[in-house]
Amino acid sequence: MAIVLEMKGITKQFPGVLANDNISLDVREGEIHALVGENGSGKSTLMSILYGLYQADKGEIYVRGKKVDISEPRVAINLKIGMVFQHFMLVEPLTVAENIVLGSELKRGPFLDYDQAVKEVERLSASYGLKIDPHAKIEDLSVGLHQRVEILKALYRGAEILILDEPTAVLTPQEVDDLMEVMRSLRENGTSIIFITHKIREVLAISDRVTVLRRGKKIGTKDTADTNAQDLAEMMVGREVLLRVEKTPAQPKEEVLQVNDLVVKDSRGSIRVNGASLSVRRGEILGIAGVEGNGQTELVEAIAGLMRPQSGQIMLSGKDITNWSPLRIKKAGLGYVPEDRHKRGLVLDYSIADNLILGLHADEPFCGVMGFHSRKAIMDNASKLVEKYDVRPPYPQQRAGALSGGNQQKVVVAREFNQDPELLICSQPTRGVDIGAIEFIHQQVVAQRDRGAAVLLVSAELDEILSLSDRVAVMYNGRIVAVLDREEADEQKLGYLMLGGSLEDYKAGGGNSHVG
Amino acid sequence: MWDIIKLLLNTTVFAATLRMATPLMFTAIGGIYSERSGVVNIGLEGMMLIGAFAAVAVSYFTGSAWLGFLGAILAGALMGFIHGVASIKYRANQVVSGTAINIFAGGLTVYLQRLIFNMAGVSPAVPRINDVTIPLISKIPWIGPIIGKQNPLVYLALLTVVISHIVIFKTVWGLRLRSVGEHPRAADSVGINVYKTRYVAVTISGALAGAGGAYLSIAHLSRFVEGMTAGRGFIALAAVIFGKWNPLGALGASLFFGYADALQMRLQEIGIPTQLVQMLPYILTMIALAGFIGRAVAPKASGEPYVKEG
Repeated sequence: MAIVLEMKGITKQFPGVLANDNISLDVREGEIHALVGENGSGKSTLMSILYGLYQADKGEIYVRGKKVDISEPRVAINLKIGMVFQHFMLVEPLTVAENIVLGSELKRGPFLDYDQAVKEVERLSASYGLKIDPHAKIEDLSVGLHQRVEILKALYRGAEILILDEPTAVLTPQEVDDLMEVMRSLRENGTSIIFITHKIREVLAISDRVTVLRRGKKIGTKDTADTNAQDLAEMMVGREVLLRVEKTPAQPKEEVLQVNDLVVKDSRGSIRVNGASLSVRRGEILGIAGVEGNGQTELVEAIAGLMRPQSGQIMLSGKDITNWSPLRIKKAGLGYVPEDRHKRGLVLDYSIADNLILGLHADEPFCGVMGFHSRKAIMDNASKLVEKYDVRPPYPQQRAGALSGGNQQKVVVAREFNQDPELLICSQPTRGVDIGAIEFIHQQVVAQRDRGAAVLLVSAELDEILSLSDRVAVMYNGRIVAVLDREEADEQKLGYLMLGGSLEDYKAGGGNSHVG
Repeated sequence: MWDIIKLLLNTTVFAATLRMATPLMFTAIGGIYSERSGVVNIGLEGMMLIGAFAAVAVSYFTGSAWLGFLGAILAGALMGFIHGVASIKYRANQVVSGTAINIFAGGLTVYLQRLIFNMAGVSPAVPRINDVTIPLISKIPWIGPIIGKQNPLVYLALLTVVISHIVIFKTVWGLRLRSVGEHPRAADSVGINVYKTRYVAVTISGALAGAGGAYLSIAHLSRFVEGMTAGRGFIALAAVIFGKWNPLGALGASLFFGYADALQMRLQEIGIPTQLVQMLPYILTMIALAGFIGRAVAPKASGEPYVKEG
């Protein structure tokens, strides 16, 4: 296969960081080339250079054998390079067709030829099997469809080399399957895809070759067929990584959390949790599996006091905490790692030290006489936790927003775990977190269980649920539809239940057929 | 009671509505261009005032009211461009920059007024743009008295509304303008020049505010009065929001404020306390903004300077 793209000796220095150190990469025609590495390994920088968002300090780029100078995105577009960003570049109030043609519009005099734009989108949509309504407004579409629009946007501009920047990070498992289908169909049409990810499973599932970066350096490129998960993880992290969580069998004791017939409505008044019941015991991890949007978020937020339940009861250590304020629930023994650390977990503009006392800010020893904060107590606490939870860089004064996703999550984990909660809720604890940090956070969760906490784990990653949980509950359509012991649960069975199948049907052999 | 209803539907009131709404239409449309591009323009009031003064000054020296109108547009455009330099290039806080323009305009016009005309408070009378009568239309009953005989600038303002609606929603430039105000990074990533688009929009904004000011000084009156805009720039800003950043919506809002203004003058005649009546436009504005139009959705990047990466 011909080589369509070659990057040679790319070096890019940012203040204080050598983001790309002499990286070379080649991409063949019609291949899916995975580019993997932990957060901060330089993947995004390298691709931003290819797309003309940054200029390399050193190095050369050849497209179809010709040396090119990509000074801005427009040059990249003209070279038939397309990029789908992790944060989508879509204008919400505009329609799908308008977004796709934006910047390269079909004109009739000064006017936008909208009908022609719609036809063009329909044509592309049909030829690549990317179903979409050209007239729909972006703000009314799901995240998965947003991504589809982004891909169409690149194809409309004639992209033959398509960069997908962590495309699966925001998708549900079904949407990931759909995306992989699309990627295969693009490959058949001769498009070369550079697939940025840090999920090894996806690399193995779809890529032809894989290039691993670590701390700005290229570690190597391999044919995917010649490698495996353990090998890739080691290349990414630079040491042996435990992909399996080491833990002893659970020794569950009394019930800590009981949820009975809980009903929660969202702000629009639609029912999100519809009579859910569950219990978590001291010394066990209960994992909640489910496709996102089936009420997990609302269930957790109701327990944490962030949403007010319509009816039902929540008991924590024998006390009825239904309708208590979040602070009171926290004092009653809740530790909470929220699913969205930016919205709920951290104040990004505060320092690490200040983030580490959120919720404890009015308590001893951080708050002294007359309500003044004790800087010394806050800094001592921060130095201790930063070290214990391996936050990098270990500077308590550092702004939380300047940390990588994994280290931000470690700050949240440090704050919540360090209070030795009775009940620990971990919602998507490793979302957007790299492998090294995942391993660390998983070990800490197990340590909390062994200390005697009741742990409620919510995750969209089945791997995470299966490797951590002692029992697995499946949530579908606002209800807990099944609770299984870990030994009874496997990926296929859970996948079936997550899509609305029943346990009885599964046992009757329905597990092999598709859920309608 | 019958008297009041008759008054509410009076053709004279409607004709006055159009007149009172005209400066608001120009200025509100100007505000829409600016805000749609992502630049908040609190300085509309000052740009109007400068336009009002420039119109009188040019009209005074050239003897041509139409050249005065052109002068107002250019002066307004210059002020808009200055606001652009401050808020786009130097990423100044746009509210602060706009407020500075308002204060600057108040001082500058008073200073120039005294320097040029050597008179305090008001300027001498200058040539004004005269009303025109449209032959056939003016004969139509009920409609004729309202739109048959008006100032040319009234018609021009209505035309501006229609053209702006087409520009913003039907042209390629309009699509790009909206994308720049909603998600500048997305626009940049497909090769649209965010800065240039914003400069053009905010300059147009100033030009239209200048035109609105000119209406006050050389169409409605024929002289400049210190501080004569009297908050109309802010009402135009309210009309932008009330009209949900749409030219046709802003037209409706301007007519609504114009109507309240016109009514206010007539109600005073029939003995309702002046102060109470004068509050009417503002109270209606608050009620409208709070309740009727629901959540107003501003262009997302409005007020945020754009910083290019890399």
